[in-house]
Amino acid sequence: MDPLQFLTTARVAVVAGKGGVGKTTVTAVLARAAIRRGLRVLVVELDGKPSLARLLPDVEVQQLSATAALAEYLDSHGLSRVTKRLASRGIIDVVATASPGIDDIVVLGKIKQLERSGLYDLVVVDGPAAGHAITFLLAAKSLLATVRGGPIASQATEVAAMLADPTRCQVVLVTLPEATPVNEAVETAYALEERVGVHLGPIVINAVDAGPLLDVDAAPVDSPLRLAAEFRNARRALHHAECRRLGEELALPQLQLPIVAGSQLSAAGVDALADEWAAS
Amino acid sequence: MTTSPVSLAAHLAAAEVLVCCGSGGVGKTTSAAALGMHAALLGRRAVVVTIDPAKRLADALGVPGGLDNEPIRIDVPGDGELWALMLDTATTFDGLVRANAADEEQAARILANGFYRNVAGSLSGTQEYMAAERLHALHNDPRFDLVIVDTPPTRNALDFLDAPGTIAKFIDHPLFKLLMMPTRRGMKVLNIAAQPLLRTIGKVVGGDVLADAVAFFQAFGGMETGFRQRADDVMALLHSDVTRFVLVASPRDDTIEEACYFAGRLADSNLSVGAVVMNRCTPTFGEPPARRPRGAAAGALYDNLVELRTMAATERSQAAALLEIRGVPAGTETTWVPTLPGDVHTLAALTTIRGLLFD
Repeated sequence: MDPLQFLTTARVAVVAGKGGVGKTTVTAVLARAAIRRGLRVLVVELDGKPSLARLLPDVEVQQLSATAALAEYLDSHGLSRVTKRLASRGIIDVVATASPGIDDIVVLGKIKQLERSGLYDLVVVDGPAAGHAITFLLAAKSLLATVRGGPIASQATEVAAMLADPTRCQVVLVTLPEATPVNEAVETAYALEERVGVHLGPIVINAVDAGPLLDVDAAPVDSPLRLAAEFRNARRALHHAECRRLGEELALPQLQLPIVAGSQLSAAGVDALADEWAAS
Repeated sequence: MTTSPVSLAAHLAAAEVLVCCGSGGVGKTTSAAALGMHAALLGRRAVVVTIDPAKRLADALGVPGGLDNEPIRIDVPGDGELWALMLDTATTFDGLVRANAADEEQAARILANGFYRNVAGSLSGTQEYMAAERLHALHNDPRFDLVIVDTPPTRNALDFLDAPGTIAKFIDHPLFKLLMMPTRRGMKVLNIAAQPLLRTIGKVVGGDVLADAVAFFQAFGGMETGFRQRADDVMALLHSDVTRFVLVASPRDDTIEEACYFAGRLADSNLSVGAVVMNRCTPTFGEPPARRPRGAAAGALYDNLVELRTMAATERSQAAALLEIRGVPAGTETTWVPTLPGDVHTLAALTTIRGLLFD
């Protein structure tokens, strides 16, 4: 089965994973792969520093900020008069404090609006940082448990409906081929499925060193050649074992991205990574 | 202030509080633990505080039952001691409420409040404020002479520094002020739900939630002085010479950018980065032979060695350049720590990391 199939079946792909696993890279490569399939793609960045526009110069990238979305939401629900009485930042604090998760709901509401707009075949969301993904996606359910009635509750209901429908939204988890990231990915996957009830698309393992094992005996013991080969083999064996373990613990299609030398990812680099997926 | 570079070891020897900051996934927790091990070797009594929800420190320290809100002694070599704990925000907040409440009745009213119960552990800024609070308490704890803090990933870690300010903001909150005003004047508390402002907000977010929030703010009355004093003390500690900041990154653009963003924020608060730890660097293994050996197998080994050398050199020059561009003061010492062949989840591996950092 083609692991990229979901690009054409779901309309929103939320890319999630711990910090440092390469979420932004994966977002860019997924968007590029979708464009190559002829899809109309929108990329959404949440509150981050903008980096996707540089990686995808020809793609529409939209920044969504929780504060701005909440302000807009309150304005459109009759709070503009109140906003004038208190500093606008203050009123947002009050509302966000009184009703935790409301900022997540308005952001998800925005994403839902973009999904429903008919302008895009796929909206790729570079998800919230670190461990916030579960809280973020759980916001609709949490809010519905405490708030009954009112516009925010109906917003939460609509968001929950989008998250529960695999033809509308899927989560793409990103991890690295090492023990702790793999453990965390497994935990996150179960939490997302069981607690949020969102459908998981393929899991992406980033920065995999997948080359063949080297023949260390071709160089003398303790020589630089041999030490370097032993190191490389150890890394490759670890990556291989962790990819395999992830496959055993999570029955999800796997996509891999190769390790890229150097630190600077460019638009051309994203193209090259998308080539890898096109070839496989 | 001296301008000559201060080594990581010198910072560790001089500090009473060492804050490790940087983005996630760069081995920050591991570095914090390795710094703690070295401190114990130097005869210091160090406690490592992690607020990373990933609970990774326990893995690396080989604490089978996992870490707890109370410090656990780790068995490490040296004349000193190493302790570790995992911050429990809600428990810390409860303790702070009990310590600052006028009487048991006020404490009980707050602790039983629905808004407090739902929000105490998750309100943005709370975790960071509680971390700062805990840091302060541990700094005053006679059992320890060094507190090493492993901060959460960058954006939150910034809140951690801002946290004393954050709690003051919470006290200076428009809603808080609005509710406190009548009480301060000794007037009977108005039925605030009747106020048009709150009614409008209530319509949007749901009345029950707001009622709880209002009750919480009201119950909080009188405690703000204690909270504010504590916040000032924490701020003074963070700004004193006994607190040192270590940036942890890996040689990738995004993690360096995040780390440097943090450096910028430190500079904004008139604080500075003491040292940089660059984890997960590609290791080098010495010079390749003068010419590529014949034979496929030996040739492949030559290519591998050359490739690793190129990767290491590229990483290092790009990382150093980026650190400088992003305003980490020139002369700040960077310790380059090579990637280990395997995962770091044992005390032995941690010992190796300690050696790579200091020997």
